[in-house]
Amino acid sequence: MIKLQPRREPSELMVYISPILAGILTLMTGAILFAVLGYNSFTALYTFLVAPIQDSQGISELLVKASPILMCAIGLAVAYRANVWNIGAEGQLLMGALVGSAVALQFPDSESKSTLILVLISGVLAGMAWAGIAAFLKTKFNTNEILTTIMLNYIALNLLQYAVHGPLKDPDGYSFPESAPFSAGATLPTLLEDGRVHIGFALAVIAVLIIWFLVSKSFLGFQMKVMGMDERAAKFAGYPEKKLTWLVLLISGGLAGLAGVCEVTGPIGQLVPNVSPGYGYAAIIVAFLGRLHPVGILIASLLMALIYLGGELAQIKLGTPAALTLLFQGMLLFYLLACDVLIRYQLIKVPHSSTQAQGAN
Amino acid sequence: MDFDVNMLSNLLYAMVRTGTPLLLIALGEMVCEKSGVLNLGQEGMLLMEAVAGFIAALTSGSLIIGVLAAILVGILMSLLFGLIAINLNANQVATGLALTIFGIGLSAFVGSSYVGQPLKGFEPINMGGLTDIPVIGKMLFGQDALVYLSFLLFLGVYWFFRWSRAGLVVKAVGENPHAAEAIGLPVIKTRYLAVMFGGGMAGLAGAYLSLAYTPMWVEGMSAGKGWIGLALVVFASWQTGRVLFGAYLFGLMSILNLVVQGLGFNISANLLNILPYLATIVVLVFLSMNQQRIKMYAPASLGKPFHRSR
Repeated sequence: MIKLQPRREPSELMVYISPILAGILTLMTGAILFAVLGYNSFTALYTFLVAPIQDSQGISELLVKASPILMCAIGLAVAYRANVWNIGAEGQLLMGALVGSAVALQFPDSESKSTLILVLISGVLAGMAWAGIAAFLKTKFNTNEILTTIMLNYIALNLLQYAVHGPLKDPDGYSFPESAPFSAGATLPTLLEDGRVHIGFALAVIAVLIIWFLVSKSFLGFQMKVMGMDERAAKFAGYPEKKLTWLVLLISGGLAGLAGVCEVTGPIGQLVPNVSPGYGYAAIIVAFLGRLHPVGILIASLLMALIYLGGELAQIKLGTPAALTLLFQGMLLFYLLACDVLIRYQLIKVPHSSTQAQGAN
Repeated sequence: MDFDVNMLSNLLYAMVRTGTPLLLIALGEMVCEKSGVLNLGQEGMLLMEAVAGFIAALTSGSLIIGVLAAILVGILMSLLFGLIAINLNANQVATGLALTIFGIGLSAFVGSSYVGQPLKGFEPINMGGLTDIPVIGKMLFGQDALVYLSFLLFLGVYWFFRWSRAGLVVKAVGENPHAAEAIGLPVIKTRYLAVMFGGGMAGLAGAYLSLAYTPMWVEGMSAGKGWIGLALVVFASWQTGRVLFGAYLFGLMSILNLVVQGLGFNISANLLNILPYLATIVVLVFLSMNQQRIKMYAPASLGKPFHRSR
């Protein structure tokens, strides 16, 4: 019989093995699932995980998809380290896209890249403002940030719908709920000649570097960590709790806003109703999967982008439902939480007789 | 259109209908939280159970089987939560979130070939002339079976915490699990049962959504109701009577758009859709302003894992 026994110390090694284990379990469940649904498991997994990144164009698409996820996740990680549960990256992303688009549409004929800078900044500020609402309510009235950020997600989604059906709708766009395409000045330049990888990916990588410095090299990052691990200790040490709460929410909101504005000015090129296929929620999984560490998150966001790409390709090639992507994401997070148990517990083999002895004890 | 008695009657009727899933979720979650367990997975559970109920009802041709299937799936989902959060002592917030994300994904996957299929849902029960009572007749006597069941369950939960010994056990476990354990109360078992009750109630709420409120399945059809139900428990300060009041208040908030449009104002539906979410935030702010109050009413061990060793 196998039994779970608490470890004396949390296992450092398991912290890194657990995400890999979760990935393998997800893969195995996926294979079984495909088989049950009547697909060839091998072909299906190949289509899902290998086929999308076989050529340089595939790699380029992977980076395009990874950019918004990475930006959101790296911001969320900062908040989660401080034990501030920002679930609102999705709403902050949408607000960044919405406000950025509103600004971009003011310059329909702009050729100058200064327009772009203005647009990007307004997107970041919008994301910060949206997260700032939660920060204000939490620091001023002690309102639970999980519930406020979730509600703000729904509000942002409805505002976006309102905007594309109303004030920001393209007057020449027939009856489609879309904005006019942005001018050249309000469009992100691509990084390479071929492919769609845009400056956004570079910005995301820069964000990762800055956040890495912040969390592991600065005193501010140390204060956040203490606050996340033990709120009372942070209080006794006199760390500015409210200021830190504001800071982590503004950082995560700003980065999510940047993700949103980069989506509309980059790969999409206009404001559409479905700016994000749930990047903000996927980023929560990525943050955990990457162990709230910048490098881990970089790897995890590439994996998440691959799940998105694979889901799309499998939908086209094999006719699988679009929701498969969501299902894989959910499974991954669940397996991760289950595997994380092994950080604090170990599996030990106990002979039958000794369990009975323990029971009698 | 003028605001007349007939409209008021319809409004009250719709308020109770819209408030019913919120009432069911919040009652279940309240019992769960009273035992010290915070299950943030309501939104995902709600969707899973809505789709399970819909598919079961559609394939079996029986609404009752649909409801039972939804409850069963709800209990299974809550057991999954219990296994990770209660047995393995994982972080309850993260586990709940995982349950939500998993539920959103799995429900969309399972239900993808059922989107938009027609189903004849629960009909209002005919209570003779009672429905014709002005203003409140339709609200109280023109509803379907699941709404009446929600009334009964409300009374049941009220009785449970007011007069039953088991209700006291749940409260003791939620306030101080170590003391409860010391006097021989089964902490883990109580928490499991409370979580399962929450799952079953979310199951009913899900069945209500896909079999009565709007008899069909659409991806993400719960539209945040699971989260609003969670906020409702805080709003009600963990008191059964206030859950009922809050559920209908939020129900009213969600249908205000119909009222505004009925009165002839021309405001975008998307903007009016914001109202229930905005109202939730406003209400939460008002309640959390007084931390003393929250501390007084919230179960003391809420969200904290229970380690027997300590």
